[in-house]
Amino acid sequence: MGVEKKRFLNQMEAEGLKQVVPDSFPGKVIPGGNGGNIVVTTLDSVINWGRANSLWPLYFGTSCCAIEMMQTGAPKHDFSRFGFEVARPSARQADLIIIAGTIVNKMGPVLRRLYDQMAEPKYVIAMGACAISGGPFYYNSYSVIKGADHVIPVDVYVPGCPPRPEALLEGMIMLQEKIKTENMKQKVNPIDGFDEGK
Amino acid sequence: MLNQKIMKNEDLQNIINGFGTDLEFSTEASEFLNVVVPKEQLHSVCSQLKSNPDLKFNYAFCITGMDWGKELGVIYHLESTELKHQLVVKVMTDDRENPTLDSVHDIWQTADFHELEVYDFFGIKFNNHPKLRRLFLTPDWDGFPLRKDYVDEANMIVK
Repeated sequence: MGVEKKRFLNQMEAEGLKQVVPDSFPGKVIPGGNGGNIVVTTLDSVINWGRANSLWPLYFGTSCCAIEMMQTGAPKHDFSRFGFEVARPSARQADLIIIAGTIVNKMGPVLRRLYDQMAEPKYVIAMGACAISGGPFYYNSYSVIKGADHVIPVDVYVPGCPPRPEALLEGMIMLQEKIKTENMKQKVNPIDGFDEGK
Repeated sequence: MLNQKIMKNEDLQNIINGFGTDLEFSTEASEFLNVVVPKEQLHSVCSQLKSNPDLKFNYAFCITGMDWGKELGVIYHLESTELKHQLVVKVMTDDRENPTLDSVHDIWQTADFHELEVYDFFGIKFNNHPKLRRLFLTPDWDGFPLRKDYVDEANMIVK
């Protein structure tokens, strides 16, 4: 008998509960808490470790923040050190989309389509003032979406205009920390209910 | 060709002055010679600017729509790639309901798309343009967003 199973049975006994199995039940009942949780949490941490350290960003830049994003990937700052190994030109191969720049009304549906094409699990970083709120320059305009989170759910916001590469790196590392707290059982898809205003 | 002299603004003005009546010239606050052309004479003045052997304005490098608050208009930046001089032509109309100007796409072919852009954002119609349509905005767009009196309550803060 495993340690977990023993603990589970002892706990039931302490609370005055008994496992109720009908006499007519033909098989053998293995009580819950038979070490399964340990396996699941360990699996979680292994999977999260893998996911967090191999996030592949999508090539996506709509204005000047893209220059800083490229600099973050260039040798001086080099996000490969933290596992953002290769930027992919196809949404099908990417796990992470860094919204680097202004999203205008015509770009909104394109961004949404790219997000929908990405394989799950997928993560979003809104980089810079334009992606967060429409930006310091263009907010009072007929064409600009006031924040990319009107189009797709965002995990991490990195403020700045544009943010320095160090700031983006910190945002990316924060995303890794977020991924490391994920739990397979309780994981919710951020796009579920998003259009209904969740 | 390397040692050619670029024509001075005064000489440009003397030649262009004969192309039409009521042309207004100025160089104030501008790198180039500015000429305001009455809208009825726009097409004839422009075709002479291109065909005159001393001017040869064969390149319209920028065509801009403009809303001066009261008038709507278009600004043409012209250059001669051969003689290396530049000129700014302005034309305006008081009619805000149904502003109409002559198209110059038959003189400079690049004007075709530039005029589409001006139509898209300022609603200025161009006579004889091959096909006026929405270029950057969606085909069902209502209004002309770069006009000063454009109202968009959903997206813009009214000051």
